[in-house]
Amino acid sequence: MSLKIDQDHSRFRNIVRGKIRQNLRKYISQGEMLGRKGKDLVSIPIPQIDIPRFTFGEKQQGGVGQGEGDEGDPIGGDPGDADGQGKAGQDAGEHVLEVDVTLDELADILGEELELPAIENKGKSRIIAQKDRYSGIRTVGPESLKHFRRTYREALKRSIASGIYDPGRPLVVPHPEDRRYRSWKEDAEPVANAVIIYMMDVSGSMGDEQKEIVRIESFWIDAWLQRQYKGLESRYIIHDAVAREVDRDTFFRTRESGGTMISSAYRLCAELIDQHYPAAEWNIYPFHFSDGDNWSMDDTLGCIELMKTTILPKVNVFSYGQVESPYGSGQFIKDLREHFGSDERVITSEIRDRDAIIGSIKDFLGKGK
Amino acid sequence: MSQFATHTTLPRYLREEQDRIEKIAMEYGLDFFPTVFEMLSYDQMNEVAAYGGFPNRYPHWRFGMDYERLSKSYEYGLSKIYEMVINNNPSFAYLLEGNSYTDQKLVMCHVYGHVDFFKNNFAFRATDLDASGDVVDPTAGHAGEYRPNRKWVDRMANHGSAIRRIVDRHGIAKVETFIDVCLSLENLIDPYSRFVVRRRPAEVEEEPSEVQVPRLRAKDYMDAFINPEEFLEEQKQKILEEREQQKKHPVQPEQDALLFLLDFAPLERWERVILSIIREEAYYFAPQMQTKIMNEGWASYWHSLLMTERVADTTDIIEYAENNAGVMATSGGRLNPYKLGVELFRDIEDRWNKGRFGREWDECSDLDEKRSWDLRLGLGRKKIFEVRSLYTDVTFIDEFLTEEFAREHKMFTFGWSGRNERFEIESRQFAEVKQKLLFQLTNFGSPVIKVTDANYDNRGELLLVHEHAGVDLRVDYARETMAALVRVWKRPVVLATVVDDKPALLRFDGTEHSVRHDSKP
Repeated sequence: MSLKIDQDHSRFRNIVRGKIRQNLRKYISQGEMLGRKGKDLVSIPIPQIDIPRFTFGEKQQGGVGQGEGDEGDPIGGDPGDADGQGKAGQDAGEHVLEVDVTLDELADILGEELELPAIENKGKSRIIAQKDRYSGIRTVGPESLKHFRRTYREALKRSIASGIYDPGRPLVVPHPEDRRYRSWKEDAEPVANAVIIYMMDVSGSMGDEQKEIVRIESFWIDAWLQRQYKGLESRYIIHDAVAREVDRDTFFRTRESGGTMISSAYRLCAELIDQHYPAAEWNIYPFHFSDGDNWSMDDTLGCIELMKTTILPKVNVFSYGQVESPYGSGQFIKDLREHFGSDERVITSEIRDRDAIIGSIKDFLGKGK
Repeated sequence: MSQFATHTTLPRYLREEQDRIEKIAMEYGLDFFPTVFEMLSYDQMNEVAAYGGFPNRYPHWRFGMDYERLSKSYEYGLSKIYEMVINNNPSFAYLLEGNSYTDQKLVMCHVYGHVDFFKNNFAFRATDLDASGDVVDPTAGHAGEYRPNRKWVDRMANHGSAIRRIVDRHGIAKVETFIDVCLSLENLIDPYSRFVVRRRPAEVEEEPSEVQVPRLRAKDYMDAFINPEEFLEEQKQKILEEREQQKKHPVQPEQDALLFLLDFAPLERWERVILSIIREEAYYFAPQMQTKIMNEGWASYWHSLLMTERVADTTDIIEYAENNAGVMATSGGRLNPYKLGVELFRDIEDRWNKGRFGREWDECSDLDEKRSWDLRLGLGRKKIFEVRSLYTDVTFIDEFLTEEFAREHKMFTFGWSGRNERFEIESRQFAEVKQKLLFQLTNFGSPVIKVTDANYDNRGELLLVHEHAGVDLRVDYARETMAALVRVWKRPVVLATVVDDKPALLRFDGTEHSVRHDSKP
C-alpha cells in the first residue's frame, strides 16, 4: 500500500544518500561497511541529521532521575532518551543514526562520487529472460487496456480522410473500428553474466593490514560489478608457492608462510576459466593482489607468458593491485608494466595504504571495461 | 454526540466497549470532547505518528525520517505505539490493529483521560479557534457548555495544501530548505503570550516636549527641601532614559521572536505564509509540551482506576497488570513522566483526603503526629480535578512535589562527570532535585531567548539576548540556528549569551561566525 509519507520518506533517503556520499572516502578507508553487511543491505552509521535549534548543551545540563544509588554512582544509559515514548527526535543530540542502504544504492553512490563510467559490456551475453512488455498496439482487446490517444488519433485520421472533419468545430467521435488497445510483446532480455576471480598472495610477507586493504577493496569491486551485471559470480584463489581455490571466508583468513609463485595462481585461474566460464558467454574479471614479491624472474616470465597466451584473450580486463608491505620488493608491478605498459587489457594499481584504496578503485573501475 | 460519526472503522465489539467505557468515564466525572476511535495498521500508525498524530501535514523530509525510525524500531520489536490521541474537537484517537482486546480497553480508558485533559486544562484553551480559523483569546469566558472549535485536523490539512501550492510554484527544494530554516526557529515562541498582554497598542504622542519632572506641592520656602535639586535631576535622567528606550525596536525585549520576524523581517510573501504556519503549529503543540507530566499522569491515573474498578474483567487483569507495569516502569534511573505524573496525582488525592495541607500541616513538626494525620476531609478527588484544570508542569511540580514525595520516590539529580566521562548521580537534596526539574520544564525545556534590538549597533543587525540561567547553549547548534536567523533577517545576527562562565557575543554575518567576550552587548 502506498502511504502519503512515502514522498517525505524518499526525500529523507535522498538526504541520507547525500550524507553517505559526503563521507564516502572516510567510510572506504575505515572499512566501516564491512562488518555491517547483511544479505542485500548495508547498515551505515551517519551523523544525526537534525534540525538545529537553540538548545542547552546536554552535558552541562544534567537532569533528574529516580532510583537507587549513591552520589557519584553512574546512572544507566543515556539521559537523552529519558522519556522512552518515541519522541526521541527532540533531544537526540550526539546520537548516531543507522540507516540501511541496499548494495545497489551504495554502488550508485560510489559510481557518482568516483565518476565511474558504466561498464561496457563486451557483447557476451546469454539470453536468459523472456519478458512481457506492453509495447504493442492491437485493434482488439479489453476495455481496460484501451489506448485513448491512439484511438482518437485513428478517429481523427478517418474523419479527415472522409472529409467530415471541421476545423471550426473540431469534434472527433471514434467509431468501433478506430479503437486501439495496448498489447504485450515478448521481449527477450539479454542478461549479461560476469565472474570475478580474486587471487591473493597469502605468503608470509602479506600482513593483516594488507589483507584488510584487499578485503575493503574487494567489497567495493563486488558492489560495483554487481550493480553492472545481474548474476555476478565470485571465485577466490589463494596462493603462496602453490595455488588453491577457497571460499570467501578462507580467502581472507588464511595466512601461509611459504614462498611465492604467482604463476601457480594464474595457471589455476586459466583452468577455472577454461572449465567453467566460456569466454563467449561470460564477462571475466580477474583481480590479483600481492605485495609484488615473486620467487624468481623465471616465474614472473612464466606469468607473463600465461597472461599473453591464455588469460588476456578471454577476459574483459585483468587487474593487478599491489599492496605495499614492509617485506615485499614490489618488483612484480614493474615487470607487468614493462611487458603490458600499453596493453589496455591490463590495469595495475599501487595501494600504499588505506587512504589509497579509493584511488585504486578508480584505477580499476574507471576505464569502464 | 451523534453530530459526529463517532463510530468509524471500529469493529463492533470495540464499538460496544467504547460506549461502555465512555459511560463509565462520565460517571466518574470525566468531561471530554466527543471521541472518535480509528483502527490503524502498524504502517498507517507509524505514518500518522510521524506526522505528529495528523493524517495530513505539509511535506517535509523530517516526517520521513521519523517514519523510518518508528517503523524500524517497530520491525525490530523495540517499540510500538499503543495509542495516539489528537487535541481536536472531536478528538481523534488511534488504536493499533492487532493489539489484544485487553490492550484496546486499556488504551480507550487512557484516551478518555487525555481528552478530558485537553478539554479542561487551561493551557489548551490557547488552541481554541474562531470561525475564521484564528486563535481566540483564551482568557475570554464562554456561555453555557464549553464547546470550542478545535478543528486542527482540518487546519493542519489546510496548512499542508497551502504549502503544497507554494511548492507547485517555487519547487520542493527551495520550499523545503526554507521550512528547515523556520523549524530551526520553531522554539522561539512565548507560550504564555496568549494569556497576558505583552504589547499594548502604542499611544500616538506628540513630539515629547522638554522634560518636566512633576514636582510635589510645597510652599515656596519649603520647596528646596521637598523637591531637592539632585532628586529632580535624577528623575529627569530616568525619564530621558525611558524615552530613549521608547525609541528602541522592540520597545521591550520580545520572546515571541517568530512573531517579531513575521512583522518586521524582509520576507517574501510565500516565505511569510510558511513562517506563520510553522509558528501557528508550534503554538498548537506548546501546551502538550508544557503539560507532559500532568497529561500522561492524568491519563494513567484514569486508565488504572477505570480498568481496575470497572472495565477489566477477570480474564484481563493479569495482562493489564503486566502492560501497565511496562508503561510505568522506570529503568536505568530515568524519570518516567507517566509514573511521576500518576504518583503525584495520587499523592495529591491522598493528601487532600486526609487534610495534609495548609498551614497547620506545614507547621506541624511532630513526625508522629504527621504520620497519623487524617482529618477525613475526603477532598482528594475534587482537588485533583481542580489541579488538572489550573496547572501546567512547572506550577504542578512547584506546588505539589513535596520533600516526602521526592524521598519516597528516590529522586536524584545527575550531571556529567568530566573526570569519569559519564553521567553520575549528583545529589538527593530536595531543593536541588526540585530546582533542576523546574529548570528542565521551564519554557518547555528551551532556553529563553528574546529579541532585544532590531537595530543593533545602529547597523540594522538583530540582537537576541539569551537569559542565561546556569546552562550554556549547545554552541554548534546555536551557530546553525543563527545562520537560519540571518536567512530570515537578511542582516547579521548577534546573540548575547554566556559561554564557559564568560559573557559572549556570538555574531554571524552570513559568511563568518565570530565570538566576542564583552560584558555588555
